[in-house]
Amino acid sequence: MVKIRLIPVLILRDGMVVQSVNFRHTNIIHRDPIFALKFFNRWESDEIIILDVSRDRKNRDKFYNALKELSQECYVPIAAGGWITTVDEARRLLRLGADKVVINTKAFRNPDFIKECSKVFGSQCIVVSIDSKKVQNGEKVYIDRGMEPTMMNTVDWAKKVETLGAGEIFLNSIDHDGSRRGYNLPLIKSVTSKVNIPVIAMGGVAEWQHLVDGVRIGGADAVAAANIFHYSEQSVKKAKKYLKAAGIDVR
Amino acid sequence: MIAVIDYDAGNVGSVVNAFRRFDVDVIVTKEPKDIKKATAIVLPGVGSFNDGMEKLKKRKLIDMLNKEIIEKEKPFLGICLGLQLLAEIGTEHGVHRGLGWINGKVVKLNPSSPTYRIPHIGWNDVRLLKNSELFKDIERFVFYFVHSYHFIPEDESVITSITWHGEKIVASIEKNNIYAVQFHPEKSQISGLRIIKNFIEISGEKERCEFNLDKEGWAW
Repeated sequence: MVKIRLIPVLILRDGMVVQSVNFRHTNIIHRDPIFALKFFNRWESDEIIILDVSRDRKNRDKFYNALKELSQECYVPIAAGGWITTVDEARRLLRLGADKVVINTKAFRNPDFIKECSKVFGSQCIVVSIDSKKVQNGEKVYIDRGMEPTMMNTVDWAKKVETLGAGEIFLNSIDHDGSRRGYNLPLIKSVTSKVNIPVIAMGGVAEWQHLVDGVRIGGADAVAAANIFHYSEQSVKKAKKYLKAAGIDVR
Repeated sequence: MIAVIDYDAGNVGSVVNAFRRFDVDVIVTKEPKDIKKATAIVLPGVGSFNDGMEKLKKRKLIDMLNKEIIEKEKPFLGICLGLQLLAEIGTEHGVHRGLGWINGKVVKLNPSSPTYRIPHIGWNDVRLLKNSELFKDIERFVFYFVHSYHFIPEDESVITSITWHGEKIVASIEKNNIYAVQFHPEKSQISGLRIIKNFIEISGEKERCEFNLDKEGWAW
């Protein structure tokens, strides 16, 4: 049986590792991302997600460099995303060493982009990132780093991206991001119960039990977190140990 | 020299990085002359069966591979799609011919219950069915998979290991000088790097490779 994956997420802004709180990225954690990247690799991460949340593209080269350096010494899969609006840009990240690309805003604005990417690189290469926020009439998709609301129900969009050829869904809750109250379990459950592709849960993890809940209650195939991994020594290892003790099949 | 074939089907970069870890002479190439010169050949790849075959055809690599691997019996390592292409027939997006080095066909995963998601993505346990030089000194049989199709060989004796994802999946095959794995050794941390090291030693490109990752404080 395939194991539950534990995935540290590195959020980079202008080449620096930043903390994310409700999709605001103001706190700098590391100025040098390579340091953090190498440790995530050496510990027991099952995969690494690296995202560029810069406000503009002027420091894009710093992101490219971080990805390139990471991939040179990384023997677990890397998914890279942020600012992917063309097949060429996706190819560029893959050439720099990513194994998968994470797409979001462009996929929403032009759903054929998912189809196009999965045709060129294969579904297994395409992670569609969905940012969700609760509004009066349920969970809705937000795009452009959580700044632009849409009328689309999150579950409907998740089902749609599956039919368009997404290989995985990276599901984040804007309300829970950086909130330290754990994953948005009803949201995650609502998606995992409606799609057949793997779902990576994200947003809100502040203790290891939250990871367990993501799997047990949310039904997630992979559990991701960002901030928590930066603030304790050997954090990935500790998280793994906790998951194992809780009876979850991890590597 | 080990030649990793670049036919624009996936990230050859990670494969090469893994080989370089062992300080071995490795190149990424689509040039027939390099393939001819190489002591061993690696065919990586992700993506669809048909696409992969078309790309090999377009680069006029099929005859070359037949000659170097089947006739001259150079050590060969196929990874992921590089394993599937060994089949006679692939059934992804219609029926297509493969390299046909190993009898059998590639079909879509059809797990026993929908709780097994497709693609099969992630780390899975691998059970060794017979002794294999490729799996020498491996302590933890957990490898990273990412695929929606799998290879069903006619002759089961070529299967060296299997995994399970709602059905039996061939994880590796071996036939004479041909080695192939469905998982990604280049993305399977220490266990995967061992596979790469073992293949380098099998190829004779290097008699013994240093393996010091444990000492450097690497986790599994």
